[in-house]
Amino acid sequence: MTRPRLGLVVNPLAGIGGPAGLNGSDDAAAIQRAIAAGARPQATERAARAMAAFRRESDASVVTGPGALGADAANCADIVPHFITGTAEDTRALVAAMQDRVDLILFCGGDGTARDVAAANQAGVPILGVPAGVKMHSGIFSRTPERAGQGAAAFLAAPQHPTELVEILDIDEAARARGRLSAEVHTVARAPLLQTALQGPKSAGNSAVGDLDAALARYVAEMQPGVTYVIGPGTTMAALKDRLGGGTLLGVDAARNGRIVGRNLDRAGIETLATAGAVRIALGVVGGQGFLLGRGNQQIGPATLRRVGRDAIDVFCTPAKLAALPRGLCVDTGEAALDAEFAGYMQIATGPGRRQVVRVGS
Amino acid sequence: MTAPISRRSTSRFEGYHAPRWAEPVVHELSKAGRRGLVFDCPKTEPNLPEMARRQTAPDLPEMTEHDALRHYLHLSQMCLGMMGVSLFGTCTMKYNPRIGERASLEHLAHLHPLQHPDTLQGLLEVYAIFSDMLCELSGMDQFVFQAGGGADAAYTHACVTREWLKARGELGQRDQIVTTIQTHPCSPATANAAGFEVITLSLEEGGYPSLDQLKSVLGPRTAALMVNNPDDMGIYNPDIKEWVRLVHEAGGLCFYDHANFNGVMTRLRARELGFDACMFMLHKTFGAPKGGGGPAVGAYGCSEELKPFLPGPLVVRDGDRFRLEDGEQSLGRVREFMGNAPQVLKAYAWARGMGAEGLREAADLSVLANNYMDKRLGEVRGVSRSNPDVDVPRMEMTRHSFEQVTADTGCTVVDISMRMTDYGIDALWLSHEPWLVAEPFTPEAGELWSKEDIDYWIDVLAAVVDEAYESPETVKSAPHKAPIHQLKGDALEDPARWATTWAAYLRKHGAPVSDRERDQETPFPIGGQSA
Ligand SMILES: Cc1ncc(COP(=O)(O)O)c(C=O)c1O
Repeated sequence: MTRPRLGLVVNPLAGIGGPAGLNGSDDAAAIQRAIAAGARPQATERAARAMAAFRRESDASVVTGPGALGADAANCADIVPHFITGTAEDTRALVAAMQDRVDLILFCGGDGTARDVAAANQAGVPILGVPAGVKMHSGIFSRTPERAGQGAAAFLAAPQHPTELVEILDIDEAARARGRLSAEVHTVARAPLLQTALQGPKSAGNSAVGDLDAALARYVAEMQPGVTYVIGPGTTMAALKDRLGGGTLLGVDAARNGRIVGRNLDRAGIETLATAGAVRIALGVVGGQGFLLGRGNQQIGPATLRRVGRDAIDVFCTPAKLAALPRGLCVDTGEAALDAEFAGYMQIATGPGRRQVVRVGS
Repeated sequence: MTAPISRRSTSRFEGYHAPRWAEPVVHELSKAGRRGLVFDCPKTEPNLPEMARRQTAPDLPEMTEHDALRHYLHLSQMCLGMMGVSLFGTCTMKYNPRIGERASLEHLAHLHPLQHPDTLQGLLEVYAIFSDMLCELSGMDQFVFQAGGGADAAYTHACVTREWLKARGELGQRDQIVTTIQTHPCSPATANAAGFEVITLSLEEGGYPSLDQLKSVLGPRTAALMVNNPDDMGIYNPDIKEWVRLVHEAGGLCFYDHANFNGVMTRLRARELGFDACMFMLHKTFGAPKGGGGPAVGAYGCSEELKPFLPGPLVVRDGDRFRLEDGEQSLGRVREFMGNAPQVLKAYAWARGMGAEGLREAADLSVLANNYMDKRLGEVRGVSRSNPDVDVPRMEMTRHSFEQVTADTGCTVVDISMRMTDYGIDALWLSHEPWLVAEPFTPEAGELWSKEDIDYWIDVLAAVVDEAYESPETVKSAPHKAPIHQLKGDALEDPARWATTWAAYLRKHGAPVSDRERDQETPFPIGGQSA
């Protein structure tokens, strides 16, 4: 058996916009302004903290990029040759170069870095984030650099290399500039299945995931014949779709009589189904800001929502994810009057025979 | 091991080290022919069926009585063992007076639960009087001691609810039990186990679910409310009477998990708040041992209306005699015989020793101690308190947080807790699931700990926090002065390495464990919390 190896990717500019009050470090002009205002990058120091924790528990070899891309934070690593451009291209090139050389990629940055890593990670190597960005809504980040290092060491030491699927989110900067905070699911990635290392109060471990799966199984068993189930995007709903023969990860699908009957439906397609007969809607929760409607599932339009009604919406979420939501759930259907109708207390299925009441705001 | 307690000065922090023995596994100490007691060989072959006879002698370690005693003494010295300064919140862990052990050995060791009740009059009298005492404390009409712990008492309530609904012809229709996210997980778990659907309410601005949230779930399907009060953060529900009224109005029962009774003993009766039933922990509040999830007693009390459904047999007073009686509508049993009688006797002895005035004084001391701790902890850098905007008085416990310390230094509550064991402090009690407060810890002093102990505990905590800011590596790599240093615990994830028996160890590792390996691979989880 070959010895496990760790890949380290540092985005040296991550987090630089935070202290300067910028909403991220995505655009070059903003970075220049931050540096001019005296901001100093902290990513290397945070990566070094993670590596110190990693080294205490693992003697696995490390592959990284030159200088600020990783070598500055890790002693005795193999360096992938790369000409530093100072852009997101550095992250993507390094991740691509590591594809068949490492068992885990530890990256240091924020949501933007996570997206770059996931985009270049063609082989689906498990990834884990050292928190160093301004925005860290994705579940891929550990709570502290040390926990990321420990988590990486534990993952490489575990013989089965257990993983789970985690959503990569990012704030829509254009919408934010217009004064609206909105997180979108960009993709999902494999992350080490760690007992307590990830961000947020995820300490329940993996039993919560099993509970939710059992709730989905019961839901499938109790589906009514002839009723069309419109099923939203995300990892939780993908697990539901798997129980119905398999559907899309990021699209809205439909099922009837125990089978998926439509994939990647658009607004008109869903509205046609809703006018044709009885419909229920099954949804997961988009992490971070806790959007129920209006983020990643805009295909389910206001007309459909009004026709189907609040009582015919079934929502599934783990208690840990609900606990991590700062202000309960929210909806943004595109119509203020409809948002108001959806506001109020809602019961979310968290396990077989378990529901949690959560306030929905608009 | 209790660290020596002297006057407040940093000199107390130096020089402590827990005992550490290079203690082999007992099988490695074995030498053929060594014996403790030597017995005569039986004159006749034992009369055993062929199938029951051993083919080979059991592989037991051979050693002298002295070797065996020394071995187990060493092991016990290396256990953290809850004998340091141990301020364990959310369930009032307290000292168990030794006289209780003596009383149960002397008075119960020779009894058998199948004896005729006429020959168990003393024990039955203890049950009857103790039930009366707890009724006085809670306002309920009858207590039973069958449940083997707090969770079992919650289960008793779920079963009583079922029988009560059956008698009213509402079983099946009323199928939901309402609880809150800060109620102990045993309430939802036992409600599920008894066949109910669980509706969990979330916290809102005031630190509690609002009345509107409660109203949104009540209706013709409501069977019962199951809550603890205070909640896991140590905060009392300001609207509890209104909650009870609303649940009754909807047609459900109300159960009070009164595991956290210490701060309000003799001052608050569950029945006077309107509750139909409640539970006390004899193995916590009432001074009997908890025993690591072992024999415990959840004393379950209820109103006259629910009495017919209690698990039987009940102790019934008949003039100056006592008999055991099974009711016709009884739910049956939740445990064999009369529950853990030795625990009941110990708790009874404790309560008799305290008396009503003693209980009141203990409650006041608990509240005083907690508010003193609360004040001093508030002065420690980076330590905050849950729900800072909730200004109701904190009673016997408070949830605190190291969130700021962790953000500044990377040292988590677990790191800090482990470093505190280097000063003879038992691991901190953190929080029940889910962790709504980051890096949580929840101390509770009860009435036991002296001011010196409490000060020592806080001094150590403050010193460790300072250390986290000055040399975080020392904290993160703790413990340094405990019998065992930090464990990776990865052997627990690996079936090829873990071994819970000597035979399995030999099978998987081939050779006896060397000292160095033992240090690295001791197959015990760290920081495990079960309460
Ligand atoms: C509030 C509360 N209720 C119930 C229990 C469960 O008690 P037991 O461990 O005896 O089953 C606990 C234990 O910590 C508790 O704190």
